[in-house]
Amino acid sequence: MAERELKRRSVPARTETEVVEEAPAVSERGEKIKAELDDLMDEIDEVLEDNAEEFVRNYVQKGGQ
Amino acid sequence: MAIHKVCGIETEYGIHVPGGDGNPITASSMLVNAYATEAERRTDWDFEDETPANDARGFTREGTLAPVVETHLANTVLTNGARYYVDHAHPEYSSPECADPLSLVLYDKAGEEVLRRSMRAAAHVFPGTPPVVVYKNNSDGKGNSYGCHENYLVDRSVPFAKIAAAVVPHFVTRQIFTGAGKVGAETTAVDKSKVTYQISQRAEFFEEVIGLETTLKRPIVNTRDEPHADPRRFRRLHVIVGDANLSEVATLLKVGTTALVLSMVEDDVAPHRDLTPADPVRAMHQVSTDLTLGRPLTMADGSTATALAVQWELYTTARKYADHHGLEPLGGDDVGEQVLQRWEAVLHGLEQDPSTLSRQLDWVAKLRIVEGYRERHGCEWGDSRLSAVDLQYHDLRPERSLYALVGMERLVDDAAVAAAVTTPPRDTRAWFRGQCLARWPESVVTANWDSLVFDLGTDPLRRVPMMDPLRGTAAHTEALLESSATPAQLLERLSA
Repeated sequence: MAERELKRRSVPARTETEVVEEAPAVSERGEKIKAELDDLMDEIDEVLEDNAEEFVRNYVQKGGQ
Repeated sequence: MAIHKVCGIETEYGIHVPGGDGNPITASSMLVNAYATEAERRTDWDFEDETPANDARGFTREGTLAPVVETHLANTVLTNGARYYVDHAHPEYSSPECADPLSLVLYDKAGEEVLRRSMRAAAHVFPGTPPVVVYKNNSDGKGNSYGCHENYLVDRSVPFAKIAAAVVPHFVTRQIFTGAGKVGAETTAVDKSKVTYQISQRAEFFEEVIGLETTLKRPIVNTRDEPHADPRRFRRLHVIVGDANLSEVATLLKVGTTALVLSMVEDDVAPHRDLTPADPVRAMHQVSTDLTLGRPLTMADGSTATALAVQWELYTTARKYADHHGLEPLGGDDVGEQVLQRWEAVLHGLEQDPSTLSRQLDWVAKLRIVEGYRERHGCEWGDSRLSAVDLQYHDLRPERSLYALVGMERLVDDAAVAAAVTTPPRDTRAWFRGQCLARWPESVVTANWDSLVFDLGTDPLRRVPMMDPLRGTAAHTEALLESSATPAQLLERLSA
């Protein structure tokens, strides 16, 4: 009971209208998000440690709290 | 009335020396000693125009021996009021005491800058040795964890059992926004064959609900009672469950929401139902491994609730609390409101689509690039390249940091962070500590959290106690410090 109340309170009333209004722009926005991620992945490929396996294997941290 | 939630964060940094001898104590000591001898003493030090290769040539003095790494002396107090030292096998930065969560975000970021400058200073001071690389994370992926501990000033008159009961639901569930994210699993607490990614770095290392340990059988609530302040008035709640965050929003929320929960305990305000999970330790592991945020936890009273539902309940209680009691314990309305509004916005975001928080929360940002990498390179889970992406998210070198590439939202700017590396916060006793060290480094023989010891050369050593974290501020001592030409004058006026 308490949980149901909580869920209702936490979902903003405007959600439905927002989705309808933004619908035509969704594919455009999706393209933009994908392009951004592509650029980011290019940059990551450039700086990622060359020998991932060795790097990960040698990263050992003992004596921590 | 709840007391002001003075707070601080202690971070043990991960270190890696490609091609080194594998002794972490030596590497940690190199960082701390190099910083203490080069960076801290020379505040005008300009690292920006240097490169490690050039440094090695420029600083190799003919006919002199390479400096020796002093492993037993790596302990220093900085002019910003922080402590920087070697703890076990890690370099650790303990922030100065801060009067509000946003100030702590600034001094936590200043800590990252101290470690970055240490990496460069080590290349100058120990030329020819392999460079030490620093990571702000909490696990090596092989079952070894290291901590990022928070501290909060609480009222001694509140029974500890009451505090412990109130923080358990928060500590089990706050990881949905404080988690730093992790590829895979590394302990027997979770099923490694099923878990590909976790919300928290630290969660699976917790085995008890309450206890004194920090390295074995880690407890959700740590009972260390070492107030570093007047023990009749104060406790210091030592919190060991948190992940080290690079995200400033995550740090603000980690500290701000916890300070609110503690203020509510002191003012006797509680959620209108018990939010304690039936098995808090298992619940903690469950929350960390549930990327859907939808699996309900079994509560002690037999009901069920998701981590999000628990956080909504804590948030709505805190909102009402703030409306009735104000936000003085958080350092005032500005910062307190910022915490509450962020808390609400982040819970909405997590509820509707966590991926919308990829510039606010570490675990979401890291998941995005891990998934992106997987898709681009067709990696299976378990591929070491995914673990490399995970580790390198936390690399503090600007040219290697994947966190920096993501472009996360900022709450403090670089100029303020640079100033905070050497200047203490004005509104706690860290001001007096840092200022005395900056003015009279030769006369301060010992600096602790709750005292300074001066050597004036003539008398016996003189100890200045600082038993209240909210005294010794700029408001209290700036004029006194400005008008004292010598430490002897300062002490004379203090005792007058």
